Amino acid sequence: MPEAAAVADPMVPVPYRVLRQRREIDGVHTLDFEPAEGRTPFRALPGQFNMVYAYGIGEAAISLSGDCDDTKTIRHTIRKVGAVTAGLCSLGKGDSVGIRGPFGRPWPLDEARGADIVVVAGGIGLAPLRPAIYGLLAKRERYGRIAVLYGSRSPEELLFLDELKRWRGRFDLEVEATVDHTTGGWFGQVGVVTALIDRAGFDPDNAVALICGPEIMMRFCARELEHRGMSPADIYVSMERNMACGVGHCGHCQFGPEFVCKDGPVFAYDRVEPIMTLREV
Amino acid sequence: MSSAFKDMAAIVSEHPMFAGFAAEHRELIAGCASNVRFDAGALLFREGEPVSRFYLIRYGKVAVELASPSRGHITIQTHQEGDIVGWSWIVPPFHSYHDARALTLTRALAFDGACLRDKAAADPEFGFVLLKHFSQLIAQSLERVQLQLVDVYGEVQSA
Ligand SMILES: Cc1cc2nc3c(=O)[nH]c(=O)nc-3n(C[C@H](O)[C@H](O)[C@H](O)COP(=O)(O)OP(=O)(O)OC[C@H]3O[C@@H](n4cnc5c(N)ncnc54)[C@H](O)[C@@H]3O)c2cc1C
Ligand code: FES
Repeated sequence: MPEAAAVADPMVPVPYRVLRQRREIDGVHTLDFEPAEGRTPFRALPGQFNMVYAYGIGEAAISLSGDCDDTKTIRHTIRKVGAVTAGLCSLGKGDSVGIRGPFGRPWPLDEARGADIVVVAGGIGLAPLRPAIYGLLAKRERYGRIAVLYGSRSPEELLFLDELKRWRGRFDLEVEATVDHTTGGWFGQVGVVTALIDRAGFDPDNAVALICGPEIMMRFCARELEHRGMSPADIYVSMERNMACGVGHCGHCQFGPEFVCKDGPVFAYDRVEPIMTLREV
Repeated sequence: MSSAFKDMAAIVSEHPMFAGFAAEHRELIAGCASNVRFDAGALLFREGEPVSRFYLIRYGKVAVELASPSRGHITIQTHQEGDIVGWSWIVPPFHSYHDARALTLTRALAFDGACLRDKAAADPEFGFVLLKHFSQLIAQSLERVQLQLVDVYGEVQSA
């Protein structure tokens, strides 16, 4: 897995301004940030995250959700769950934030060269995977078959619907979306995201899976991929734990022997499976 | 052997669900199959009614629905080409606990549950293999229901 990009002073937030703000679905907003002062380009890799500081409220770890080839703007997709994320979602054009990052280990796109790729996203988990999908499509010729499998609670909660439709129109990409239940008006699939794994086109002996979503969903998906014959070492998950420093100093994000901020957030499943199923961690 | 039977035997042989069956057992299964079609809107199963069959969808789309007085028909699962629909035929009292409705014109192989149960009773080895495979289908379906029930996307992390 590539190492995280070096950060000048990881503890000092750099001022950024909101360039654009867009409501995606209920309670989820995408914000584009540009440096408040002329700054050097922001270089990050898909799967990495920033610590985003809502002035006067606090900081939250937020994954990159935009195209990492765009070094001028930083895009984050944020779900409102508490004070910091609500503060960030309420920002408008021109408002300021502080950003530290990028931190963490990215999705293993280079190591996955030559393999089939299975991207499995659940709910807002599509946001941290979107930069990986952009990266895969930018170098499409490097990979075998690519399947993007996306599950959400209901049709109203599907993220990036326009983009999903665009991806679906490509001949070199399998895109399937499913919702847990619906009362009508949805002509797509209904059922849990694990059911999509059953039908996806990939060679389990030569595939790499990237999974992001709620922890239970990731465990079920990893198990289904193993049923299909994949090795846990080829399955990658993105973990979430409460963070403070973001750089491996404070221990807030400790997860068994790992620190999610610096050893993750992207982990090979064989490394975290034993910890994910331990009750006391 | 009729050509319709040969077709059905070939479909059964090629389906992953029956991959682990011996050739003679696959023939026993094909012997209980018939071709059926449902127009869009037609019911394959109705909640509470006896179930005498399961289906292998060859074309089309089927929704598994629960009727709720306040929310109307809630679709909890959709099935498509290649899917096996229904396992209540193997579990007493052989009643359906939901509706299954064709969403589009649907063509399927229908397998007669009573015919299969009779053959299983007469040939316990066949019965064991049949039960083993269907218990996997039932377990998979229960696992998926559990995942739906916990409403994972509403999950708020405690860490
Ligand atoms: C590596 C990493 C990447 C992340 N990427 C994103 C992202 O791209 N977009 C995004 O919206 N969030 C992301 N998160 C989650 C985000 O950091 C938290 O939601 C945020 O810190 C909550 O802060 P708060 O002050 O708004 O809520 P708090 O007041 O801290 O929490 C409010 C409630 O939300 C719960 N909560 C806290 N964190 C989470 C969580 N991760 N998931 C669900 N519930 C939670 C708490 O248990 C509490 O009940 C990421 C987290 C990590 C560790
Ligand atoms: S957040 Fe401080 S060690 Fe990970």
